[in-house]
Amino acid sequence: MDTQDFIALAMLLPLIGTVMIWMSGPRPNQREVVTVVTAILTFLCVLQVLPPVLAGENPTLIIANILPGLQFAFVVEPLGMMFALIASFLWIVTSFYAIGYMRGHNEPNQTRFYMCFAIAISSAIAVAFSGNMLTLFIAYEVLTLSTYPLVTHNQDEEAKRAGRTYLGILLTSSIGLLLVAILWTWYAAGTLDFTKGGILKGKIDDGLVIVMLFLYMYGIGKAALMPIHRWLPAAMVAPTPVSALLHAVAVVKAGVFTVLKVIIYIFGADFLTETGASVWLMYVAGATVLLASLVALTKDNLKARLAYSTVSQLSYVVLAGALATSFSLVGGAMHIVMHAFGKITLFFCAGAIMVASHKTEISQMRGLGWRMPFTFAAFLLGALSVIGLPPLGGSWSKWYIALGAADAEQLIFIAVLMISSLLNVAYLIPVFARGFFGPRDEERAQIADTHHHDHDHKSADHAAYGSRIVEAPLFCVVPLWVTALGCVALFLYADRLYAMLEPIVK
Amino acid sequence: MLLAHLPALVIVIPLICAPLCVLLRGKDWAFIVALLATWASFACSVLLTIQVMKVGTISYAMGGWAPPYGIEIRLDALNVFILLIVSGIGSVVAPYARNSLLLEHIEERAYMFYCAYLLCLCGLMGVAVTGDAFNLFVFLEISSLSSYVLIALGSDRRALTAAYQYLVMGTIGATFIVIAVGLLYQATGTLNMADIANRLPEAGYTNRTVIAAFAFMVIGAGLKIAIFPLHQWLPNAYTYAPNIVSAFLAATATKVSVYILLRFVFSVFGVEFSFVSLPTAIPLLVLAVLAMFLPSIVACFQTNVKRVLAYSSVAQIGYMVLGLGFVSVAGLTASILHLFNHALMKGALFLVLGAVFYRIGSCNIDRMAGLAKQMPWTMAAFVGGGLSLIGVPLTAGFISKWYLILAALEKGWWYIVVLIVVSSLIAVVYVFRVIEAAYFRDAPDDLVNVAEAPISLLAPAWILVFANFYFGVETSISVGIAERAAQSLMGAG
Repeated sequence: MDTQDFIALAMLLPLIGTVMIWMSGPRPNQREVVTVVTAILTFLCVLQVLPPVLAGENPTLIIANILPGLQFAFVVEPLGMMFALIASFLWIVTSFYAIGYMRGHNEPNQTRFYMCFAIAISSAIAVAFSGNMLTLFIAYEVLTLSTYPLVTHNQDEEAKRAGRTYLGILLTSSIGLLLVAILWTWYAAGTLDFTKGGILKGKIDDGLVIVMLFLYMYGIGKAALMPIHRWLPAAMVAPTPVSALLHAVAVVKAGVFTVLKVIIYIFGADFLTETGASVWLMYVAGATVLLASLVALTKDNLKARLAYSTVSQLSYVVLAGALATSFSLVGGAMHIVMHAFGKITLFFCAGAIMVASHKTEISQMRGLGWRMPFTFAAFLLGALSVIGLPPLGGSWSKWYIALGAADAEQLIFIAVLMISSLLNVAYLIPVFARGFFGPRDEERAQIADTHHHDHDHKSADHAAYGSRIVEAPLFCVVPLWVTALGCVALFLYADRLYAMLEPIVK
Repeated sequence: MLLAHLPALVIVIPLICAPLCVLLRGKDWAFIVALLATWASFACSVLLTIQVMKVGTISYAMGGWAPPYGIEIRLDALNVFILLIVSGIGSVVAPYARNSLLLEHIEERAYMFYCAYLLCLCGLMGVAVTGDAFNLFVFLEISSLSSYVLIALGSDRRALTAAYQYLVMGTIGATFIVIAVGLLYQATGTLNMADIANRLPEAGYTNRTVIAAFAFMVIGAGLKIAIFPLHQWLPNAYTYAPNIVSAFLAATATKVSVYILLRFVFSVFGVEFSFVSLPTAIPLLVLAVLAMFLPSIVACFQTNVKRVLAYSSVAQIGYMVLGLGFVSVAGLTASILHLFNHALMKGALFLVLGAVFYRIGSCNIDRMAGLAKQMPWTMAAFVGGGLSLIGVPLTAGFISKWYLILAALEKGWWYIVVLIVVSSLIAVVYVFRVIEAAYFRDAPDDLVNVAEAPISLLAPAWILVFANFYFGVETSISVGIAERAAQSLMGAG
């Protein structure tokens, strides 16, 4: 088999998996083995595409000619390779986690859940491999539609309302703005292929570049630029594995990935800096970074807090794109990976806490760390990576984006990045701290109770209660440690990632 | 020998087979005759298309009387495209008739249905092939009269009022058309359409008779097309007609009427007269935009899904008229392309609803709740057709919108681009309401044990759904013919 076949297989396998999951619906064990095996095979297929890409090739797979000069085609370049790798790798981890979570939580409709999950991954890989803007648009829409049943998984009123917000914003923005931008690009440039250096230079009036950029940036609703970020917090009603993989990695990253693709391969970074069309975008992204962090501070629900944190972190990538220097673009691309590992760890932890102790609000988690030390320790690693401290991966991407801001002589955004890091500390570290400092509320009551009735056994009881570990199922805890350690590994091997991504700006 | 007479055969076959159905009486025999006649017409249409694409316009003199005195059958790219749509949809729908009819309690009158259906087919194809203006009116009346009968066959008693309403409006439309033909005859002394086109410049563009003829023709055709606000007859007719009739008429009848408008406005009167000396384009554009929005919004509030689709049809006609109003090759291409693509998507959707009706006896959105569990294939087909109706990429509906938006961009009309896109979003709403009910709601208690529709209903629906995707990816045939037809229409002016 040559590379082309692997590209096709990487997208087809999850779909074949979908059918097999459907057929093994009544047999949960078989169904979940199918999921895991499909995930592993898909990752291996994606991995097969890596060597030629590292060697500087762009493997191409053309499916059909939709219109003259417009193909349904897939072309793999480093940025897409990277996105496909993280999406397919984290799918394996999430599959294990989902087994623990969905069973631990006794969720209904699990077959539909696993089916839609597989379709979503297939379309995320298709987004990554897309060779032109129309192909990407199609995959992008499939991703939206396939995640809708996951968002409305609970089928209650709240889930339905959230589902409407979700589809409403994502479809309206993509059809109403993105598609118009794509058509305009096609009309002006006569092509939609992703081309190094962009395809728009000299094809549209300099004054209109801003309008075009606006259409693209707000058309890509998945990048959650304020004020069209509402769908992301709404999507948090979904089961946690969905929030973890799709709404911290696949879906949202598909958004910022598209942003980078558009800036690098449609506009061309030089064209944007020459015309100065992206200055407004820097400010909007910077404002989103800070505002979303501030909103996150006010949220007591852990998943909601993480969701706003994601909104803020996504705008790092948009900011990196808007700065459009070679440092910031590579930094933005790296941030996709770094944030993926960090945030998925945090969501896994939130889900593990929910399964083990049925707690969703941060204020209820006092002293919980003593009972779930592994989960909370992993949470700390993930949080530090998201904040951007060494020795964790997140520090590198912030570093490069800041360098990019310096390069572009937009020093104010270095300040934005630093303030944002402080805000991250302010909303993530208390979760961890609350877990370990101060006894649990019930425990305190228990102590008082014991003290009152049985003075002598007080200390023994206290020790027994405090050290009793009630962790989430192993299927939950192991995956979250895998991703937490991934954050550390990414710090150590960031140079390889940098080398892989460098060609996109050369 | 036989090949030379194909242009006549394509209409003669259904015309002869129609009375044959009545004579044979037995419902199986009538069904077989109707099926074979339709398929034979389709085969003729395909052969004719190939011929026209190869050698260009075909002219055939009926009975050997040379035009312009005898009746001429004249086929160019546009004619054969319409022929393909009508006979193609007919061929897919016909096998469906057997099962769909059984349920609607007209079994004992089945042969009447087949007879009326074949006459309707003959009339619609006759309109598409003829080169004679009066002949066109006659064929139009054949198709209209038989479609009144077909609609009145609906099991709901309201089908009778719906048919009557359509009869009144349709007759006014047809009368306007025949008045227009009469006036044209007075002004030019000929009935052959090509000949009228040649002689009109002599009669002069300021000739009052000609202007009156033009007005009567546009309004008359507009009534038959159901251009907003002349669409009042359409929602009831499509809703209460038997399901198979809704599918057939929605996919073909309005298309043929659009053809009449295109043929007269562009070929007979000519672009110079229709759009330069008369301000036709602006009113058409305004009406088209209104049609894209108002009926779409109404569709969002209907509870009967057939009615949703009927209002959606009025909206989709807006797109066709919009493309026509651009008066450019690109706009006409989009228009003609949408004739074809809309036939595919609406045909598919109405067939799906027929299958739904067959099992649960209703097309009410609340009754369809949770249906995806019991009838997965049927509802999957609905999703497929619905995606095409919205205009999602990889479906035929996307290709039409793509060309329509390109045509608007070519004119530099930004606001039209925005309007097209926004109106597609309304389509998302009304399609999605149905999908949400079927997939994400629980079935009513009495409808928990519904079986999947039989294969004879599913297969035709899925053929059309498949066609929606095929023509969304492989566009060389549909776009190729539409482009040639558009060029010849503009060139003729």
